[in-house]
Amino acid sequence: MSAINRRVFLQVGASATAGLLVGFYLPERSRLTAQQAAEPAKLNAWIHIAPDDSVTFRIHKVEMGQGTVTSLSQLLAEELECDWAKFRTEFPPVEKVFGFQGVVGSQSIRTSWDPLRKAGATAREMLVLAAAQTWGVDTSKCRAESGFVINTSTNANLSYGKLAGAAAKLPVPTNVALKDPKQFKLIGKSMKRLDTPNKVTGRTQFGIDTRRPGMVYAAIARCPVFGGKVVSFDATKAKAFPGVKQVVQVSRGVAVVADNTWSAIQGTRLLEIKWDEGANANQSSAAISKLFAERAQKPGVEVSKTGDVAAGLASAAKKVEAVYEVPFLAHATMEPMNCTADVRADSCDVWASMQMQSMSQAAAAQASGLPPEKVNIHSAFMGGGFGRRGMTDFVSEAVEVSKAIGAPVKVTWSREDDMHHDNYRTASYSRFTAGLDADGWPVAWTNRVVSPSITNSSGQPPQNGIDRTSTEGSHDMGYGIPNKLVDYHWTEVGIPVTYWRAVGYTQNTFFVESFMDEVAAAGGKDPVELRRKLLAQNPRLLGVLELVAQKADWDKPLPAGRFRGVAVVNNVGSYTAQVAEISVNQGKVRVHRVVCAVDCGHVVNPAIVEQQIRSAVVYGLTAALKGEITIDKGRVQQNNFNQYDMLRIDEAPVVEIHMVASTQNPGGIGEAGVPAIAPAVCNAVFAATGKRVRRLPIRAEDLV
Amino acid sequence: MASIRFNLNGKPQTADVIPEMPLLWYLRDTLGMTGTKFGCGMALCGACTVHINGQATRSCITPVSSLGGKTVTTIEGLSADGSHPVQVAWTEGDVPQCGYCQSGQIMAAAALLAKKAQPTDADIDEVMRGNICRCGTYQDIRHAIHRAAEIKAAGGKA
Repeated sequence: MSAINRRVFLQVGASATAGLLVGFYLPERSRLTAQQAAEPAKLNAWIHIAPDDSVTFRIHKVEMGQGTVTSLSQLLAEELECDWAKFRTEFPPVEKVFGFQGVVGSQSIRTSWDPLRKAGATAREMLVLAAAQTWGVDTSKCRAESGFVINTSTNANLSYGKLAGAAAKLPVPTNVALKDPKQFKLIGKSMKRLDTPNKVTGRTQFGIDTRRPGMVYAAIARCPVFGGKVVSFDATKAKAFPGVKQVVQVSRGVAVVADNTWSAIQGTRLLEIKWDEGANANQSSAAISKLFAERAQKPGVEVSKTGDVAAGLASAAKKVEAVYEVPFLAHATMEPMNCTADVRADSCDVWASMQMQSMSQAAAAQASGLPPEKVNIHSAFMGGGFGRRGMTDFVSEAVEVSKAIGAPVKVTWSREDDMHHDNYRTASYSRFTAGLDADGWPVAWTNRVVSPSITNSSGQPPQNGIDRTSTEGSHDMGYGIPNKLVDYHWTEVGIPVTYWRAVGYTQNTFFVESFMDEVAAAGGKDPVELRRKLLAQNPRLLGVLELVAQKADWDKPLPAGRFRGVAVVNNVGSYTAQVAEISVNQGKVRVHRVVCAVDCGHVVNPAIVEQQIRSAVVYGLTAALKGEITIDKGRVQQNNFNQYDMLRIDEAPVVEIHMVASTQNPGGIGEAGVPAIAPAVCNAVFAATGKRVRRLPIRAEDLV
Repeated sequence: MASIRFNLNGKPQTADVIPEMPLLWYLRDTLGMTGTKFGCGMALCGACTVHINGQATRSCITPVSSLGGKTVTTIEGLSADGSHPVQVAWTEGDVPQCGYCQSGQIMAAAALLAKKAQPTDADIDEVMRGNICRCGTYQDIRHAIHRAAEIKAAGGKA
């Protein structure tokens, strides 16, 4: 996330405090809704309570596996003092009161920590006051517990359902006291995930499961070269395929509409399309790499500077230099992109798995020509997001097709479409120089980064050539080195890029933590010893380094054939250190065990934190061991999982997680575990083979 | 069009569709049974796994025409109420994250347990490596399969 976006989200968090409403959908609890005879009382935006005592949490952050439905419910329920077993949850539509609705940058807990607890406490105080007025006693004689207000003098009680109507008419208290963390009953507990029951029975409704009356199915043939356009097409063969109903041109290609998804996809493969391939027709990974290397020869725009690098390098007893590079990566969510749209003359409905509710509404408004308030956004559970669903291209396309054919339509992307037309984790090139003093400690450090801008993809071009998202992990690295310079070459290459789980840290932490190991080796230092010294002024990062070193028995020898490496990172407001234990056989790296220490502040749900770290390790390892999207003739060369494989169960390491007990405000967790795994593994590869891996994925030929 | 008769989740089913249509899309689009998921269309990821005559099978490459006289079980038919030992173990361990691949994971694991009551880690690797989980729930899946074997051995519904 850029600094600008971060600010926007934080402001949203603050404004949401004053407002009142949130939501999503858990069908197994929907029977409660069915029983609701009367309108629920809207205590605030997040909390609706019906006369039958059913409580609805309207969760404004969507679920893509990261556990928000459960952990945000813990924040609300903790202060509301309702019965954990009895509330239901729903995803609300786009409503102004929520401010910006979206899930990006591991922000959900961080931006909701105060607002949702206050929403819960405010609603509870209103219920208590309503009870006190009913009984004609002071609120000090009333106590809220498990969905009831209890009169402490008489032991009489009134349920929230009975009080909600009166409570909703009371003035909203402005300065409610929040619980002392020592009183927490839910926050800090590993509450079971609320979304599990439907996910083990196949009942969860993902965007791709949307079905509407009269709905047809479509797939779209898009130009294989980014930015290309349709010149002409012949749909004769496509239209002859069973099930195909209609073929229409849309802005990015040609849509085949059918009575089922399979026929639509088959139809797109039978289209004969003449493309104008445009400016990127000759682009290739080799040419991009060459361009990056050329640009890295000259200074870029200064992003951060400490001390005097020239003097530091001049005084150095030893210099270390290295060049690193990573390729483009696809997000490869298991649920391919899809969207269902129903555009009518006066309104538009959109059903999709999406990370950006507000932006999807704007995109659908633009594509339909309707004002945003006429666009109804229906959020579904996401079959993975990882940043891909922060884009809105799949929404715009579906709206276009529905508008063109005048019917509700579900546009489904094949896996090949998804891989060929992603917005990718950017390729990036990084050049380092370090100067070491006579004792082997670094006194100067330079890093030049060359890459497309990540924020540019979401309409925020670099200001004065600086995109801090593209250099994050480097310009903000936690090490104290007296002379330091990070510069950047903004270099667009015609390949669309965007946020990818952990964003700039996915490449820059690999670069920085690998090169830091090179510096350690050059100076004759143990990798933990060097980091310990350079993190002396960074207590939380030092804390996780010490914890991981202790838990991984860093100072004790490993069994023969096993090797280990370490890496640390501070991203999304959390601090993570990982030690990877590996073996190398015939050029194949096997990761056996990963020990991870994390300081993510006050933990809301420890089980979910552990899940996210295990998930992030596998996600990051997939990139380190397998991930590479290559470009030739302007096209992505990988089509499906046989050419762009994911880590499989037999390749997954055992992951051990150790959390630092903390009362600091919560940090993010969804992305915290991703960046450190690749460098930890590559540093272990160096320990095993003496070979420094300076490009990903790890290749057998780089280990000999 | 052709009429293909088979058993679906314990009930007779007659499919009148394009014979080449994969079972996946017949289930999802024609019947509205969306528990079985589309992931790759090439039997590379396992999200679409169902049982055909008890065998874990990728429905995305299984034409409806091949189903005549066979028995098909989907996630909707594995149990009426999530009480299959694999589902119980999955729930106990809170295995799913995004959950999209989990119907396929559960069907693959259930077929494994039907063949091997006490699968080893190597057995689990061999069968389950065909199922991708992009959220990386593999460690939890492995634990849950061992746990499901215990539940089944203790008399849990199979």
